[in-house]
Amino acid sequence: MSAVDELLSAAPFSLSKDEKSELYAKSLFELTKNSYDNCDYYKRILQILNFYPNVSHKKEDYPFLPVRLFKDFNLLNVPHEEIVKTMTSSGTTGQKVSKIYLDRTTSTNQTKVLAKICSEFLGSQRRPMLIIDSKSALKDRNMFSARGAGIIGFSMVGRGATYALDEEMNLDLDSVNAFLAKYPNEPVLLFGFTSIIWEHFFKALERLDVKLPLDGAVLIHGGGWKKLIDQQVDNETFKKSLISRCGNITVLNYYGMVEQTGSIFMECECGRLHASNYSDVIIRNPDDFSACGVEERGLVQLISLLPESYPGHSILTEDIGELTGEDDCPCGRRGKTFIIHGRIKNTELRGCSDTYEKR
Amino acid sequence: MSLSNLEKYNNAFQEAFGIDESKLNADLKYQSIPEWDSVGHMSLIAELEDTFDIMMETDDIIDLSSYEKGREILAKYGMEF
Repeated sequence: MSAVDELLSAAPFSLSKDEKSELYAKSLFELTKNSYDNCDYYKRILQILNFYPNVSHKKEDYPFLPVRLFKDFNLLNVPHEEIVKTMTSSGTTGQKVSKIYLDRTTSTNQTKVLAKICSEFLGSQRRPMLIIDSKSALKDRNMFSARGAGIIGFSMVGRGATYALDEEMNLDLDSVNAFLAKYPNEPVLLFGFTSIIWEHFFKALERLDVKLPLDGAVLIHGGGWKKLIDQQVDNETFKKSLISRCGNITVLNYYGMVEQTGSIFMECECGRLHASNYSDVIIRNPDDFSACGVEERGLVQLISLLPESYPGHSILTEDIGELTGEDDCPCGRRGKTFIIHGRIKNTELRGCSDTYEKR
Repeated sequence: MSLSNLEKYNNAFQEAFGIDESKLNADLKYQSIPEWDSVGHMSLIAELEDTFDIMMETDDIIDLSSYEKGREILAKYGMEF
């Protein structure tokens, strides 16, 4: 039984620092060796780094791949015929996109883990779900953009999925009102990508001067912040603005990468992003790549137990972050907590919703 | 004349995937035909929930990985085949 299977029966934020340390040392050894044995590119990278996958290392000493490599190379650990889904980052025209190859096991584990993490915040009941996006995001079923994959993944924890935006990304107030009329006394789930919610939902509600009766709803949103930061909209402003239009709702941001779909980092009630049992985070000093301590800013390295069909278990993002603690969040959930300060300069736009362009 | 549960179950698959009844057998699994991908899966769940007037748990939605497994799972919700 794999580590993921074993963890699925436990609460998703239950492992202590020591338990996690042991699990990750073991899992990183196995995942790294699996990629080394089955992916020639990865093997060559490790050889260049003089890294020996046949001996155990400390968690911090395992290599990480820069996310950019997934744009330049087709990295996979299994034969092409075992790939059931290819996911792409949502790049705009002219930008290279990352390609992530999923076999059945990895794809299924992603779905299970995503559902597990969400249920921790939503309860096990599937809430009626309003997707703040257009159904057209799902058009190409074989090549999923991060956007389409997010919509489908989160749909598993909801029911009665209704799209709030039409094909042209305009607010479809009739559909929204029909949805609200259908589920008048139930707490609902709202889901969407951060900048799409802001541009096409919140701004439309402002323009039309409409308030929606959504008391008790939970809004889960994620994706790049770049576009909103450019407009001086931070997490706090985003929350307050949405609450002003939708009533007493809980707004939860999540952080995640298409390279590690499923093992997302959810923001808790205290405003910290949490690593679950399925993932870990290390902040690296950008000068020498040493591991930073609490409250030191650096590059964000993400570790996930899920990637088996491609070498994505340890990646270096282009985001700057800072650890806020481990096993000590006032919300009571265990695991490392952190905050994100933004993207390093001179990088390409690559967040799911940053790269969305109005047609 | 009312339909049997098996007929209703088969109709839900045909409706969700637009496939012929001859394909409804033990070989029909998640990702075994182009129509049963993650998008098709959610259509299937919606069809089954509407047909049998039930609300499935998220775990069961994920576990429903084949035509045969689906019958096992629906049995938990009181459907007899």
